[in-house]
This record gives sequence, C-alpha cells and structure tokens, in this order.
Amino acid sequence: MAQPPIKNNGRLLDQTIFTKFLFCNPSIMIFLASLGLFTFGVTILCEGFGLGLISTSFVKTLGKTLCFCIIAIAMDLVWGYCGILSLGHFAFFGLGGYMIGMWLMFARTKLIVIEAAHNALLPPTPAEINDAVGAQIFGVVGGADIPLIWSFADLLWVQLILVVLVPGLLAFLFGWLAFRSRVNGVYLSILTQAMTLALSLYLFQNESGLRGNNGLSGLQYLPGLEDVPQEIISIWFFLGSAFALALCFLGAMVIVKSKLGNIIQGIRDNEARVRFLGYNVEGYKLFVFTITAIMAAIAGALYYPQAGIINPAELAPIASIYLAVWVAIGGRGRIYGAVIGAAFVSLVSSYFTGGQAPDIPLGFGVLRWTDWWLVLLGFSFVAVTLYAPNGIGGFFDRFNRSGDV
Amino acid sequence: MPTLLQVDNISVAFDGFKAINGLSFDIGHAELRAIIGPNGAGKTTFMDIVTGKTRPDSGDVRWGKKSTSLIRKSESKIAQLGIGRKFQKPTTFEAQTVYENLLMALANNRNPFAVLRYKKSSQDETKIAEIASLINLKGSLNHNAGALSHGQKQWLEIGMLLAQDPKLLLVDEPAAGMTASERAVTVMLLKDLAKTRSIVVVEHDMEFVRQLECRVTVLHEGAVLAEGSLDFVTKRQDVIDVYLGR
Repeated sequence: MAQPPIKNNGRLLDQTIFTKFLFCNPSIMIFLASLGLFTFGVTILCEGFGLGLISTSFVKTLGKTLCFCIIAIAMDLVWGYCGILSLGHFAFFGLGGYMIGMWLMFARTKLIVIEAAHNALLPPTPAEINDAVGAQIFGVVGGADIPLIWSFADLLWVQLILVVLVPGLLAFLFGWLAFRSRVNGVYLSILTQAMTLALSLYLFQNESGLRGNNGLSGLQYLPGLEDVPQEIISIWFFLGSAFALALCFLGAMVIVKSKLGNIIQGIRDNEARVRFLGYNVEGYKLFVFTITAIMAAIAGALYYPQAGIINPAELAPIASIYLAVWVAIGGRGRIYGAVIGAAFVSLVSSYFTGGQAPDIPLGFGVLRWTDWWLVLLGFSFVAVTLYAPNGIGGFFDRFNRSGDV
Repeated sequence: MPTLLQVDNISVAFDGFKAINGLSFDIGHAELRAIIGPNGAGKTTFMDIVTGKTRPDSGDVRWGKKSTSLIRKSESKIAQLGIGRKFQKPTTFEAQTVYENLLMALANNRNPFAVLRYKKSSQDETKIAEIASLINLKGSLNHNAGALSHGQKQWLEIGMLLAQDPKLLLVDEPAAGMTASERAVTVMLLKDLAKTRSIVVVEHDMEFVRQLECRVTVLHEGAVLAEGSLDFVTKRQDVIDVYLGR
C-alpha cells in the first residue's frame, strides 16, 4: 500500500537509499570496517599470499570462525528477534555442508579414477568410471552403487542450488507444521531438537547414502585444482567466508531495521497482540525460520571445505545448544553481539580444547583444560545470564545510539 | 440502524461447561454498546469467538453488508476485515517505541514481503502524529512503551486500535486500573470514537457504564438476560437477582 514515492527512478536512487541506510546506522559501518581490516590483516600475514606469520591451519580456524559468526547471526534473528529458541539450526548448517561435500568428494574421486585409468590399454567407458567412483566412495559402507541422491553430485551448480534448497525446504516444511499447530516456547525448542537428533541418527545409518558415520572426507581439496596448495585455498575460503559474513550481516540489518524487524520483535514480546493487529504470525515465523535456515546452510557450505570432513556427529543437538550459548554470551537482539559471541567463545574454545592452554597443577591433581573447559563455559553462561543479560554486546550499546525514528 | 455484526445463536462448551449458550444479538453501525454481566457470564468468551480465537460449537457470527461468516476465519483475517480488540491488561510492545507501536498498527499491507519493503510515507507520518495527539502521547513518541504509566499504556493500545482503523472495536474493561481523571478522558475518547465506528465495551464498573450513556446488554450464563438502557435493565428483577443484588 505505502509505495515509496521515488520507486521509478531506478538504481541511482536505490544506491542513495542504501548509502543513507549505512550512514543512519553507524554500527554497520563500524562492523564492516572492522571485518574488512581483519580480513586484510589476515591476508597479508598468511602463508599463501603474505608474510607467512599466520599458519595455514590458523587461517582455516579463523575462516571456520567466520562461518560460525554467520550461523550466529541467523540464530540471533530467529531467537533474539523473533523469540523462537531453535535448537536445530546446526542441522541446516550440516545439511549445507553435506550438499557441497557431495560434489567435492564425487568430482575429486572421479578425477582420481580417470587419472588412474590413464595408462590402461582401453580407455574406460563412462559406466566403468561410475562403477569405480562408486566403489571408491561407498566401499567403506559395504556398497558400490551410487545412491539416487548422488545423481547430480557431478554438477557443481546443482549441488550449490541444493545447498540452499534442501535445508530451506526442510525448514519450511518443519516450520509450517510446527507453527501452524501453534507450538510455542519450550515445546518448539524440544521439537527442533528432536528434528536435529532424528536427522543425525538417520545420517548415521549406512543406508542413508551419505556414508553413515564415516561422513564425507577430503573436502579440503578442490577438484581440478590439485596444483593449488592449501595455503592458497585456505585464504580463498577465508575471504569467501568473510564476504558471506558481510552480506549476511547487511541482510540481517536490513531485516531488523525494516518494519518487518518491528513485527518480529512484536511476535517475540506479544504474539497475540500482533495477531489481533491483523498480521499472520505463522507466516512471519515461517519466513524468519526459513531465511535463517538458508543462512545457516550457506555458512555450513563454507565451513566444511575448510574443516575437510563432515560426519553426522556434527549435526548432534549439542552443537545447536552451543549456538544458543554463543548468542546469549554475545548478547541477544543486536546482531553484532551474536558475531562477537560466536567468534569469542569458539576461538577461546579451540584454544582450551586444542591442548595449547597450559595445565594448572593444583597439588592434589592437575586441572586439564581439555576436560574442564566445558565446566568453565557452563559457569560463564550462567554468570552472563544472571549478571550481564545483555552479554558482551551490552558493553557496546552505549556507543551505538542510532536515531532511526 | 443497519447491522454490522450479527451474533446468531452461538454456543460453546469447555469440558462440558457451557460458556456460551445460544447467544444472539446484533451490533449496528456506529453504535456504542456496553456488555455487563457477572463473572463467568461469557463476556470474554464472546470476544474470543468474534475475534477468531475460539471456534463456537454451533451458531454463526456474520459481519458487514455481505454477511460474511467469521466462524472459520483466522484471527489475522478477522482483524484485517476491521475488527479490533483491546485486552483487559494493556498489551503494547514494551521493548519498542510508541512511534513503532503505532507504525505497526497502521492499516497497511500485512504481507511479510510488503512489510519488509515498507518505506515511511508522509501520510503515515501525519496519521501517527494525529493519533499520538489524540491519545495524549505526542511528547512520548520516541519513548519505549515499557516506560509509560499504566493509563498511558491503555491509551497507547487504544491508539494502536485507531491506527488499525477498525469498523468495530471490542474493548475489554478499559477503565480497569485508571485514575478518575484518566477514566473521564477515556469516556470522552470512546464516545467520540463511536461517532464513526461501532464499539463494544465489556465492563464491570457500573459508574463507568453510566457515563457512556449507551445501550446495555446483560449477559448471564452465556446468554442475553436483558437489553436496553442502563436504567431499564437495572430495574429488572432478574438482573438484580443475578448481578446487582450480590
């Protein structure tokens, strides 16, 4: 109904609207500038392009952390803004990873098979190649046939579409069923958790066609780019993740600062009122749930090529619970808080669980951080909930008084 | 007076308890109506049925010129048709500003994608300013709704209903928790609003109903017991027995 009066003037004005949007929200500028600076710094310090002060494995850790930041933004939208405590978003993350992993594994195995047959007397037929690829990939689960769901695994563009489509569709169907039945609060959280668990258990089965508990591996190698060293590939993925994070952050800010942002916060605070104002609450929830599931899937598709391996344990409910902890520690309902929380907690976590943290001798025993880190995390979660409900992001609030009214 | 809302012989039972039992009455265009009745008479259930929250076991609720049935419609559809509802407790969005509260209520496209692309227009700005001055909150537009006093929250909710521009307003105990002066303003506001739209007020407070100077429907055990002016119904023996005599 309320059409903007300047709609016809096309791109130029769209750009000015966009610039105005940036200037009205200094936190976006600050965020993008910090991200850009950080990315630049890592690029000139890495082994692939720069000075070699940052190891390739640490570049990968940082790249993976950026992917966690993306899914944390998704979580903040769905939980911090819309009030849906989803304990299932890592399922979408994992599915996104599986979809891209199928192409990475299939295409690379195929190249290896062709390479191996290079010196054979007779050139192999396509069917022979297919059989050999099937035996290579599915030998570990006692099969050689290529399951139906791998039909398009040879085509990158199809698998890229599936990265968005499969988790998006699952989220849409799940959300439609759950929201239509007016499942709310704790019950909805339990339902999302059950969905994740069911999906994870299904993927553990060899019959699922995704190699059961072996998962997909060798994802760090890009098919056809065997000559490119990991030092370079790692920085490509790092830059790609940073770019995706910037886009997701902007997208989330556009949603949050629009009237849709007001409505979903209204749903969080008083669903009945929104309903009696004439808004179809279920539709809004479904929209946010699906959009955030797709964001999570994209994050997963960027994450697993950096991790190199994906298996069904990644989809376990505990991962999604950690996600809620990151967002709570970072501070809900401010987007950048989620980014800070995810980056901070996951980096500290990899420091403590990676064995780098020195053990503390206590006389009667030794405090090993690999064992005690979860306890520390648990206590900090309780402490944040009790004493700093705004999380880390709360400290930045005083610098961010954007007048958007 | 043409009929706006027609409640036709509706009944609803919860676990065997008949909350509404063959209730029928009509509301006309631009009519102010008060509904009174003892606790458990079915006042809130009636509102739930009209706004789509509760589905009746039998009977029909018809709306407007075309007599559209509201029975199978969702809450949001019914609200879009032009029925606004004010809850007993003030329900505003406390984490958001008065301005944002009113903006959300404005009668614009409710589709999520349209809402995402929504841009403020000057008409909307003017409308919000008008409503804000009508409900005495012009100076608080940029304050969070949570910071308002109880009475101000009630007014904000009424303002949100106005922004929705409904043809029928269902108001549940508007005077509850208000000071005497706030009540007087509320009476003025409701009477003024009833000039252009229909309003149904559910109220316990007799003095408040008297000030409204409108037709009164007395509910008892889920059905209409009496209807007429306040003086007329309060003189009837059966009304005194079930309600006023206690």
